[in-house]
Amino acid sequence: MKGQVSARQEILKGLWDQNPTLRQLLGMCPTLAITTSAINGVAMGLAVIFVLICSNLMISLVRRLVPNQVRIAAYIVIIATFVTVVDLTMKARFPELSSSLGAFIPLIVVNCIILGRAEAFASKNGPWRSVLDAVGMGAGFTVSLTFLASLREILGNGTLFGVTLFPAWEPWVVMILPAGGFLTLGLILGGVNLINRSHEASRRRALVEASRAAAGFALPGAAAGTPARGEA
Amino acid sequence: MDLLLIFIGAAVVNNFVLSYFLGICPFIGVSGRFSSAVSMGMATTFVLVMTAMATWLLQAYLLGPLHLDYLQTVAFILVVAALVQFVEMVIKKTSPPLYRALGIFLPLITTNCAVLGLALFIQLREYGFIQSVVFGAGAGAGFTIALCLMAGIREELELADVPPSLRGAGITLLVAGTMALAFMGFAGMI
Repeated sequence: MKGQVSARQEILKGLWDQNPTLRQLLGMCPTLAITTSAINGVAMGLAVIFVLICSNLMISLVRRLVPNQVRIAAYIVIIATFVTVVDLTMKARFPELSSSLGAFIPLIVVNCIILGRAEAFASKNGPWRSVLDAVGMGAGFTVSLTFLASLREILGNGTLFGVTLFPAWEPWVVMILPAGGFLTLGLILGGVNLINRSHEASRRRALVEASRAAAGFALPGAAAGTPARGEA
Repeated sequence: MDLLLIFIGAAVVNNFVLSYFLGICPFIGVSGRFSSAVSMGMATTFVLVMTAMATWLLQAYLLGPLHLDYLQTVAFILVVAALVQFVEMVIKKTSPPLYRALGIFLPLITTNCAVLGLALFIQLREYGFIQSVVFGAGAGAGFTIALCLMAGIREELELADVPPSLRGAGITLLVAGTMALAFMGFAGMI
């Protein structure tokens, strides 16, 4: 069992190994749609973190009360409730941010990350771990969103968080348009895969060398299994 | 004429997938095979039209008069979930082969953001009943077009020499970006 997974790992897995956006490709719609400026990315990320923590906590608390057949419907109602809270709060407190995110705030309901974590994690784990998982996954989502949004804002507008970086920059308007979103995310995914592949390759090389060095004492291959790789 | 504009606007000019980014998950997930893309497009179109009708009636006769607008998100997602369940049962009864062909994709339509997005857009733009239905049909047509085009391209891509890091989702997104560029050509039509 994976009861031994430390709290730290529970959070960190969402940032890279199981990053919801870049590794699991969940929640693509808001990722592409609202990342036209960095501030939108941060706002969306924070909204998702809030909904994710609340719904993971709630679902983990009621997980033994909800019959198996209606669990998805029950989860969706719980998620929709918290999304409504976020939507109304943003409309009241940050009207201009809310209007620039538009329909994508209520659409957090159908963000697959949230239902995915509810089904894959919160319905099987205790409240404390579910909150940690939500923090990690939410942070992973926010970081990827902010990174993508910053790239698009810098290239497409010459600014970052509304501050002009390069006054003489001729903006690449396409980066702000839908096409730019697809292209940037595609290239980022390629980059992430490249990093992972070179990591994998160097780790395999290190393993081979370690087992060669240890060959006198132990059977090769029995050395250093790699349990670190995150399991779902 | 007005209805035709709504239809073409939703299907081509402001394509749900390529310019509003709604329904990206099935667009990337189900676009591997042309045949399943067609069935998925059909099923989603059907659900979209039904959703347009159901949520419009719900808003006009229940939520609106009772001033329960803040329940919109919760009510709409429940309607969508119930509708998808209903469609699933009907297809299972009337056409078992189609049911088997669609498989897991059918229940997943619930979490297709195009469906809930459609319901919300209808409220934002204050469409009438007929307009909503046409808008739903247009959105479905647009989703089907984008999905089928992508599936056709991806079947060819299997033979192409793609850099290893970009295989799978990476190259799919790059292709989608190129398609979105092409669809920008329609922008001046309306």
